[in-house]
Amino acid sequence: MTAELGAFALALSLALSLAQVGLSIAGRITGSAVLNRAGEGAALAAFLVASVAFAALLQGFLTSDFSIANVAANSHTAKPWLYKVAGTWGSHEGSLLLWCVWLTGFGAAAAMFGRGLPAGLKAVTVATQGILGTLFLAFAVFASNPFARLAQVPIEGRSLNPLLQDPALAFHPPLLYGGYVGFSLVFSFAIAALVEGRIDAAWARWVRPWTLLAWSLLTVGVTLGAFWAYYELGWGGWWFWDPVENASFMPWLAGAALLHSAIVTEKRGALGGWTVFLALLAFSFSMLGAFLVRSGVLTSVHAFAVDPERGVMLLVILAITAGAGFALFAWRAPSLAPGGVFAPISREGALVLNNLFLAVAAATVLLGTLYPLMLEAATGQTISVGPPYFNLTFTPLMAAALLILPAGPLLAWKRGDLKGALQRLSLAAGIAIFTALAVLAMNDWKKAFGALGVGLGVWLVCGALAEVVERIRLFRVPGGESWRRLKGLPRGAWGTTLGHLGLGLFVLGACVETGWKLETARVLGAGDRLTVGEYELTLDRAGVVEGPNYIAERGILFARKDGRVVCTVRPERRFFPAGRQTTTEVGLCFEGLSDLYVVFGERRATEAGQPGWVVRAFWNPWARLIFLGPMLMALGGLVSLSDRRLRLAAPPRRAEAKA
Amino acid sequence: MRRLLLAIAALCCIAAAADPSEQLPDSAQEARARALFAEFRCVVCQNESIDDSEAEVAGLLRRTVREQVAAGRTDAEVRGYLVDRYGEFVLLKPTFSAGNAILWLLPLALLAGAGGLILWRARRTGGQTDEPPLSAEEEARLATLTADEDGRHRFASTKPSGAGEDDRRMS
Repeated sequence: MTAELGAFALALSLALSLAQVGLSIAGRITGSAVLNRAGEGAALAAFLVASVAFAALLQGFLTSDFSIANVAANSHTAKPWLYKVAGTWGSHEGSLLLWCVWLTGFGAAAAMFGRGLPAGLKAVTVATQGILGTLFLAFAVFASNPFARLAQVPIEGRSLNPLLQDPALAFHPPLLYGGYVGFSLVFSFAIAALVEGRIDAAWARWVRPWTLLAWSLLTVGVTLGAFWAYYELGWGGWWFWDPVENASFMPWLAGAALLHSAIVTEKRGALGGWTVFLALLAFSFSMLGAFLVRSGVLTSVHAFAVDPERGVMLLVILAITAGAGFALFAWRAPSLAPGGVFAPISREGALVLNNLFLAVAAATVLLGTLYPLMLEAATGQTISVGPPYFNLTFTPLMAAALLILPAGPLLAWKRGDLKGALQRLSLAAGIAIFTALAVLAMNDWKKAFGALGVGLGVWLVCGALAEVVERIRLFRVPGGESWRRLKGLPRGAWGTTLGHLGLGLFVLGACVETGWKLETARVLGAGDRLTVGEYELTLDRAGVVEGPNYIAERGILFARKDGRVVCTVRPERRFFPAGRQTTTEVGLCFEGLSDLYVVFGERRATEAGQPGWVVRAFWNPWARLIFLGPMLMALGGLVSLSDRRLRLAAPPRRAEAKA
Repeated sequence: MRRLLLAIAALCCIAAAADPSEQLPDSAQEARARALFAEFRCVVCQNESIDDSEAEVAGLLRRTVREQVAAGRTDAEVRGYLVDRYGEFVLLKPTFSAGNAILWLLPLALLAGAGGLILWRARRTGGQTDEPPLSAEEEARLATLTADEDGRHRFASTKPSGAGEDDRRMS
């Protein structure tokens, strides 16, 4: 019964989305406030009804209703409740439903919170969001029904892929999708701006909070995914330049560029056309990602909901929406009035450079991801584009962008004083250069790139702090005055600082981890030892333990540093009978910012002929920063979002002054 | 329990490239082999290098690379040896060839092209960074605006600055 209710709700949501499109367009044409309100009401209703559909599927998973094909394929009675919940979005159909809930949710948000928007702009935004909702909901209803029943109800389900049964990955899809789909509203805003022919400071100010929200959610989602790959796959790595990872990274890069260009449009009325282009691009990348992940056209280590036939339909949706969006852009953008002018050395100039590097970086990731596919289609030749390619192309681009980053916030709008900015950054630059040289002196030339990376990270961290110091005029005015200024800093400024600080910490973590990680593998019997870095691991014992839906072999190892036990790690190798799959459960020992990372392997006789186990241990220095940094960046986004100036639905109109 | 043991027995090594039984006795050669592993794709896997992969074929490729390294071949020779057998697909770093020119040069071309465009436009407008002076009407509006807001961050306070009819409607 619940499943039928869900299927009905899903179809109803589609009907309401259609109504949302029709009513809003009619409202825009006739200028009728009643029709506009009706369209907004339909948007809200579509969201509520889509949520009911989602709740119905959730109920099916929680009660293990195996008469629903999707539940039978992705759940199991013995699964812990968290993973029953996560199973809801663990399949193709379920994750598409989640996508639709977010999509209608953002449509409802535009209807609810857009009070200060001009009626025409709002109506077109709501209508565009409705078109997106209609396309995806139609796909869900007609080709990807999560509520299909089975004629023969199985006694037990086939369970969720055990790799996905992990806390980080339980929350990863909802956040990631929040980010992907959050860009849909930005897309709709861009379409509305093109239709209305109005791109100005006020428009940029409406777009920025939604961009911030989507980008922050995406940041957290991608980070959770990377963290999961780090400790669940058991390879000791966290980013593999895999097509699926790239798929999530492209909208992130476009979103980051958009965040910065929207500032220029808001503050200075410039770059309007480019900001609209990025707004269209971010969601197009999101949809491309959804297509790449599900279609299976690219092989990936983490493609979980692959279904080539239905993937093609996503490609059709992508072609329709992105195609229409960019066609509209090509038609309307040339007629947009150019915005404020600025000198090359200015805050705007720095942000333009930022956008140049971010956009080229995103294009590089796109090229590297799709090139094998295009080459195969064109010549039939199969090649691979892997991490070495991205390390040689993407990394230098980003390094250049990061090098100029700290100067940006210190330059004035319109016409900046580069010499003054650099003077104020001289201490930060000094610390960074000194650190890089010190690191180089302590290591050999092989670590030159690592030393450069560390220097860059320190430069970013110190640069972010220098900006705060500059804003509060520390040591240049009395302490009390500085304190007063510190308290008076707008949240938007804190957001910038936190974001750039987080980026710096990430760069530090990534460079130190990549350059200085250590690895040892040995066959250990009970009582045997292995050494990794300054740590000595002793296998105390190994045994079989039983989990709720798996059985595992678990090793208990003591980690000693300077002869003292610093922690006990319990890595496992789990076997899930339901899916006949085995996973590794890494044993992690948190040592400050670094990780001792232990993987427990198969049985094998030791050199002495005793029973033993293969143990692989990593020392991952400063690995914590790789995940803390991006979290800080997302926090920066949210702090910025809470800025009073952005929270207010509408700023006073300054359009006349800019025109 | 028996199933568990069977499952574990059926799996190959988690240690992948680090597996102690595979390693070369010479640590310098072993380090070179490890560096090379990251460049080769495990040809049957989803998208893993042979350094990470636990698949059987990855183990085979690792053995090949180690044998080649132990036999004193150069890195380029090892790459050539594997490409001869498995095609260019095995290389995670595509060759720098005419066929792959787009792949390697497009990012650079984009950067140069877009950078050049920005510079050109900056040059063109560079001489006139100052906006035209305000008209009398604009001056008057500026006067009313600055009269009731002295701080940059306060202009969006709940009370609109009273610039036009639209603002009044919004409050």
